[in-house]
Amino acid sequence: METAQDTIQQNEAKAETSKTLFKGTGSQVLLNGLIEEGVTTIFGYPGGAIMPIYDALYDYADKLEHILVRHEQGGIHAAQGFARASGEVGVVFATSGPGATNLVTGLADAQIDSTPLVCITGQVFAHLLGTDAFQETDVINITTPVTKWNYQVTDAKEIQEVLAKAFYIAKSGRPGPVLIDITKNAQLQLEEFPEYVKCNHIRSYRPKPKVRIEYIEQAAELINSAKKPFILFGQGVILGKAEEEFKAFINKSGIPAAWTIMGEGAIPTSHPLNVGMLGMHGNYGPNVLTNEADVIIAIGMRFDDRVTGRLDKYAKQAKVVHLDIDPAEIDKNVKAEVGVWGDCKETLPLLTNLVNENKHEDWLAKFRQYNQEEIDQVITPELYPTGDEMTMGEVLRNINEICGGDAVIVTDVGQHQMVACRYAKFNNTRSNITSGGLGTMGFGLPAAIGAKYGAPDKTVIAIIGDGGFQMTPQELGTIMQFGAAVKILILNNRFLGMVRQWQQLFHDKRYSFVNITSPDFVALAKSYYIEAGKVDERANLRQALETMINHEGSYLLEVMVGRENNVFPMVPQGMSVSEIRLK
Amino acid sequence: MSTENTIEHKIDKADLDGKQEYTITVYAENRIGLLNRIAIIFSKRKINIESLNSSASEIEGIHRFNIVIHEGYEVVRKLARQIEKQIEVLKVYFNTNEEIIWQELALYKVSTDEIAEKVTVERLLRQYGASAVVIRKDYTVFAVTGHREETDALVKALEPYELIEFVRSARVAIIKDSAGFHEKLKEFEAFEPGEELVENEFLEKGGKIFTM
Repeated sequence: METAQDTIQQNEAKAETSKTLFKGTGSQVLLNGLIEEGVTTIFGYPGGAIMPIYDALYDYADKLEHILVRHEQGGIHAAQGFARASGEVGVVFATSGPGATNLVTGLADAQIDSTPLVCITGQVFAHLLGTDAFQETDVINITTPVTKWNYQVTDAKEIQEVLAKAFYIAKSGRPGPVLIDITKNAQLQLEEFPEYVKCNHIRSYRPKPKVRIEYIEQAAELINSAKKPFILFGQGVILGKAEEEFKAFINKSGIPAAWTIMGEGAIPTSHPLNVGMLGMHGNYGPNVLTNEADVIIAIGMRFDDRVTGRLDKYAKQAKVVHLDIDPAEIDKNVKAEVGVWGDCKETLPLLTNLVNENKHEDWLAKFRQYNQEEIDQVITPELYPTGDEMTMGEVLRNINEICGGDAVIVTDVGQHQMVACRYAKFNNTRSNITSGGLGTMGFGLPAAIGAKYGAPDKTVIAIIGDGGFQMTPQELGTIMQFGAAVKILILNNRFLGMVRQWQQLFHDKRYSFVNITSPDFVALAKSYYIEAGKVDERANLRQALETMINHEGSYLLEVMVGRENNVFPMVPQGMSVSEIRLK
Repeated sequence: MSTENTIEHKIDKADLDGKQEYTITVYAENRIGLLNRIAIIFSKRKINIESLNSSASEIEGIHRFNIVIHEGYEVVRKLARQIEKQIEVLKVYFNTNEEIIWQELALYKVSTDEIAEKVTVERLLRQYGASAVVIRKDYTVFAVTGHREETDALVKALEPYELIEFVRSARVAIIKDSAGFHEKLKEFEAFEPGEELVENEFLEKGGKIFTM
């Protein structure tokens, strides 16, 4: 048998004379395919059943950068961060059995947050399938509910076509994660392969429809007749790369626009029509006025329960126009008067053409009025606290002042996440990376590593709680080894803060297992050769943040914040959005 | 999809809780694992599948599933959307019993002695339109094709006469208003979606059952 090295050399020689045939292994043709798809960065972890692919990868070091993570969950979250920051498909390698099962949380997260990923898992030899072989697990069936598509390859001749389909499916339509499970024999199999052909059509899959103009017309008519129109936008605007089209639409129509946390950053925080955040910890005006608007225009969002609160008291007075690329979302939670099924990059300009220019001054004034109330009662005390204890909000205010809204902010899940989404300033799209639908604690650190590879020129700040950080701290090792210059900001309140807040408000302050202790985070970072610092009083905060952000490489800063601060406003679970509490 | 009229009709026929029998017809690629992908859409929502049949369709290489559930209109509509979203699914229809022609096949094994001796049994079989599939010295197998109530009725009738074995197939159904999938497939195979295919069925209040 030829060695892989020989084969590659032959192939390289061959590639110059003939473009149509490539003689090599399934592993090599897989890596060639990844290069054809424009992949440059892979997050992965080797193991027995994926060894032939890693063996081939050894010779591709100049074309494919492989980041060795410390756990497969870290790998897939990093790929998510990469995809979210760059707009490209994130790629993950993992071995069979535990390697593959460790991907499940990330797959579920990517599925619910529509993140394009291609995951390659190794699998035992085809002849061993079903024998309970070493590290064999039924990856296809385990991952079926959490993937947009998955496929098991048992013959190398399938690899090119399946890979091409995987990329097409992952990034087209409503994006999502795809998993390809490749048995070891297929990875080793020597074949002559044709030229790689990208996929752009699958007969049973229609990523987006041809837009029907009559629904655009109906939508425009409704919008033009509205006295109190209100736009709710989600990540669809970002996934559809339709930020400019969206801006043009709101600028002309003059309609106030509020975002879900997945849609944050699609327009700058400072845009005059950006009225803030929707949902449980969103802004006062957008929540209350949802139940006053006469026409709601939902764009690339899915009316998640954290956004709607109690559904039977949600926007009942409003007629809803719903623009979405996924027809299953239209009428799913909230009935649409007009559903516009299509890619918002196409539908928004058509709609902009038909809507009247407007200012909606009085209606906007209402948002400003509620906003002023929120500023007085919630925002000012949070951003400019007078007590001794530091607040999460003032940390965010300082970051805004230092970075001016140009940083990529990656968050974990919990109180700090809500505070970051509420107060962080964003000038640019793809700058807010957070686990929205699944609420995955442990997402922040690995996702920030991936985001740094996806947006290498940006300052990437991972804002993480003391609880979430302890779920995936092993990825400090990845930073140590590969040098991703991630700024890690731990907001430590020595509690699992969000659960504690709920226990305080809804469970008679019975603090059941939310009292979490932490290691010496500074010493931990330093043990990974990462510079670190800690702040426990306000006087040192600004300087410490500047040190962190201006530091050449990665840096960890722990900030001790008030123990029992709550995130407000809040729509208590089971309540209507108009019953939002300011305290 | 269904017209406004049929929706109202459905509600007339439904149980007090708004539920009734729906037959979901799925046209899909014939691919390993797809059945699981479809089945978990039901189990995720804790919805029981009453009957599931997987077979060839009028087009070679395209598979047809018939799934019967007892649910409300809104639930079925959402389920159909979720099934259709699967990559290898081409098209999903859902219909009430009035909108389809449907059959189930049941097999009954009874003791040949019992039938030979008791004329009533023979009469029962004639009455229920059964046909003998196998006649042996020791037993005879009868087949009945029909609706659930018909095959059930014969089970009841045979109970006193030593019904050795009974089995019933899943439902197979033909949509009355369907023109088949041949023309549809051409649209799916076309690179750019045709007018028919891009119809926004969510808003199509007046279309026939077979408009997408």
